[in-house]
Amino acid sequence: MNALAAWAGRHSVLCFFVVFAVFPWVVPYKALATQVLIYGLFALGFNLLYGYTGLLSFGSAAYWGLGAYGTGIALAKLKVTSLWLALGIGLGAALLGGAVVGFFCLRRRGIYFAMLTLAFAQLLYFSGFHLADWTGGDDGLRGITVPPAGLFGLHLSLDRSVAFYYFTLAVVGLAVAVLKRILDSPFGAVLQAIRENTDRAIACGYDIARIKHLSFVFYALFCGLAGALDALRLTVVPIESLHWSTSGQVVIMTLLGGAGTFFGPFVGAGAFLVLEDLISARTESWPLAIGLIFMAFVLFLPKGIWGTLIGGFHGR
Amino acid sequence: MADVSLAALAAQVFTGLVLGGIFVLLAIGLSLIFGLMTVVNFSHGALYMLGAYFGFVLLTRTGSFLAALVLAPLLVGVLGLAIERFLIRPLYGRSPDDPLLLTFGLSLVIVEVARLIWGKIGLTLDPPRALGGAVNLGFTYFPTYRLFVIGVTALVLVGLWLFLEKTNVGLVIRAGSRDPLMVRALGFDVGRIWFLVFGIGAGLAGLAGILAGPMRGAYAEMGVTIIIESFVVVVVGGMGSLVGAVVSGLLIGQVVSLTTFFAPKLAEIVVFITMAIVLLLRPSGLFGEAGLLE
Repeated sequence: MNALAAWAGRHSVLCFFVVFAVFPWVVPYKALATQVLIYGLFALGFNLLYGYTGLLSFGSAAYWGLGAYGTGIALAKLKVTSLWLALGIGLGAALLGGAVVGFFCLRRRGIYFAMLTLAFAQLLYFSGFHLADWTGGDDGLRGITVPPAGLFGLHLSLDRSVAFYYFTLAVVGLAVAVLKRILDSPFGAVLQAIRENTDRAIACGYDIARIKHLSFVFYALFCGLAGALDALRLTVVPIESLHWSTSGQVVIMTLLGGAGTFFGPFVGAGAFLVLEDLISARTESWPLAIGLIFMAFVLFLPKGIWGTLIGGFHGR
Repeated sequence: MADVSLAALAAQVFTGLVLGGIFVLLAIGLSLIFGLMTVVNFSHGALYMLGAYFGFVLLTRTGSFLAALVLAPLLVGVLGLAIERFLIRPLYGRSPDDPLLLTFGLSLVIVEVARLIWGKIGLTLDPPRALGGAVNLGFTYFPTYRLFVIGVTALVLVGLWLFLEKTNVGLVIRAGSRDPLMVRALGFDVGRIWFLVFGIGAGLAGLAGILAGPMRGAYAEMGVTIIIESFVVVVVGGMGSLVGAVVSGLLIGQVVSLTTFFAPKLAEIVVFITMAIVLLLRPSGLFGEAGLLE
């Protein structure tokens, strides 16, 4: 198991592609597979900030929502015809939001940070609610048509769910490769140094404020990309995208899978979505079930499913 | 015309005082628990909601609002003691994020259980007949019950202040928030103080809930928005500072109430804008000491 984990650690991007290339053919329905990819990417972004940098954000919905609304508004309101441009606008919105909110929230360390991120996400939620001309307000943003993905002169239609799945896989896989590159870089090492011992990292002469801010911006970008993909998947952006419960969801997913592990977020997103599917079919009280499961994980299995399996991530 | 709007404005200031009082009760509980244990209690809003529901049950069973007003916070306080003993205590020594995560899960559970027991539709709580109607304040009529809420809040704050400043237990609590290690070295059982303080904080949330009940009704999600606003109150006041919690609670109460009057659309947002401004000008909050408890 450990040897396998070590090999997977070296070739994580390859592993990712292999697993997810066959994934839709082993789960009961393909819609679930696409969701696992998108929410996995969302959790991946959260994990960069929480699992690797040690900053707990309770406001991830803000960047997920900015990505979703950015791309959605580009397609539905601005009538952008290029898929890549629309995704870029969503990413730009998330980048801007992350840069501004990160500046404010990182003025305080520790537990303040969680509360501040939550507060700023609420600010965005209420703003989205009132800017109904742009966001559709309570009804959600409707009228999104997904243009074909133009690549090297080819136009790939994303209408079929299989095509959309592999398109998502390509985009998410690229993001996974970028994350791997970030974590393997000296910058990634400093992030983990901040998590382990902030004071020592400062003493080593690193510009902690700037590195944290950069980490926050990367987090916002990954979350925003996930949100943008979800807008394409649903062809509608519900106001719940910006709701605090979305922020809570990604926290739960990441901790179920294992914070600070590379594949934990995908394992967690998968476990969460499958459980939600199974439990919601039997009872309306899904939040009760996931709340209890989550509490049990925090108390007894803080390393999460994947973290416990590979036995890595030695304490925090 | 000018007279009318001035009276309405004054009434709005009183409404802000009521809202501020609720904020203060919630923020003081949060701040006490945080100052002493560096634990952010995410389930504080759920406990506030339970205060309102417990009040409803007690009111229908006993018929006495006074009994509900006293017993509901006590029950929520006891629940708080149980939460500290069985859920928070195992997490001491771990990352300060862990109690926050755990109480987040707990709040999901409590809200859903409330939904199962009392249904999805909100309940209304009637204020006692003696507190119905309105009082003539000279410039405007103001609901008697709201004046009562202001009075109770002020009384509880004075009581809490006397408890913290004048009793031996209060002294140990204040010492514990300054330097828990030293307090332990002097032979005090810090664990028992934490236990007690968590109970008090939960009880204050329950009190805020039952007080708010007759104004806002009781519904399962009632704690969600207000807990986030209370976080803001604590951040603006300065984390762990009780004076800060009081001043900032009253300030934000006024800001919200007056914005509702002048620009209702901005009412939900203005809390967060206030927070952003304070963070820019004074990152440690109005009464916070820089670097404390981070």
